Amino acid sequence: MERQITLIALFAALIAVLGLVPQFTLASGVPITAQGMGIMLCGTVLGARRGALAVLLFLALVALGLPLLAGGRGGLGVFVGPTVGFLVGFPIAAFVAGWIVERMRNTPILTAAFIGAVIGGIPVLYVFGIIGMSVTLDKTIAESALLVTPFVPGDLIKAGLAAALTASLLKARPASVLSRG
Amino acid sequence: MLTLTSDIRTPYHPIRAGAKLALLCAATVGLFMLDSLAAMAAANAAVAALYLAAGRQFAKDGLRLLKPVWVFVALVLAWHVLTQDTLAGLVIALRLTAAVALANLVTMTTRFDDMVEVVMWLLSPLRRLGIRTAPIGFAIVLVVRFIPVLLAKARNLIEAWRARSPRRAGWQVALPIALVAIDDAEHVAEALRARGGFDAE
Repeated sequence: MERQITLIALFAALIAVLGLVPQFTLASGVPITAQGMGIMLCGTVLGARRGALAVLLFLALVALGLPLLAGGRGGLGVFVGPTVGFLVGFPIAAFVAGWIVERMRNTPILTAAFIGAVIGGIPVLYVFGIIGMSVTLDKTIAESALLVTPFVPGDLIKAGLAAALTASLLKARPASVLSRG
Repeated sequence: MLTLTSDIRTPYHPIRAGAKLALLCAATVGLFMLDSLAAMAAANAAVAALYLAAGRQFAKDGLRLLKPVWVFVALVLAWHVLTQDTLAGLVIALRLTAAVALANLVTMTTRFDDMVEVVMWLLSPLRRLGIRTAPIGFAIVLVVRFIPVLLAKARNLIEAWRARSPRRAGWQVALPIALVAIDDAEHVAEALRARGGFDAE
């Protein structure tokens, strides 16, 4: 119990710290931050349930008024802003990523974690993000989808990095990778 | 730790956090139900008045907190001018700014600890179902403590990289940072268990 809580808290903190890493810009001019990678890591390392809990804990701190979202955003305002859908999708993305890694127990971790991070972090997360934008900006689903597609290449890179990190962690600290424990 | 709560004392600080949150919920639902330009303009004027009543510097801080919204406001307006439906675009943009500004106002005038207290109060019915809520409060404190520790460790490792390489530290430092962090978490967990863990409360 104590161990699980501390690891969940640690990964919540990790999402926050990754959000503080300066963002870099893709060739297409789209800024990407490392925060999304933190969400994927929660799932691929902690597993479905605990990964989702870590993300929820992180979101709770944002809602309570800590400026932990990438770019120093935070507070209650972000939950009524245009990106609210992504915030709602974050824990579900981590859950799906973790669920896939847990399910693909016999697949090498690198492959399983990459598939999990891609499916959780792109289609699943984007569905929520797009719905959120279409509601807050009063746009159709197709119009909102157009707004977020430039971010797909960056998220693929993040999924690759998250998978590589998960695989290395499993090698170095097998007991701490709860998704394969 | 840095929070978004304003240091400038306002008349809104003493109001109970729970009351402010309840009002905010009601106001936000209202904003999304109303659909006329006049209502949205009035809502924005009201929110602006709330900010200005707390002083000019406070209003300025509030405006700065709204910055991430401007991109979307510009996007929506441009879109609607193109589709020749400027009126609808204005309504959407105004609703967005009013809703976000109002939520930010609550965040700026409520202490972090008071917010945590509201959360624990909202969670208290869970206790009757046999779910322990103390670990949740503990986890919140733990994250707040972990963030600066993690940042300091990351900084150390990046400096160590710089001392050895002419290139900038990239994703290669991510693994050592994660390892140091996980080892730390395991130590904290061990220390907790040694002191009786959550059952000690």
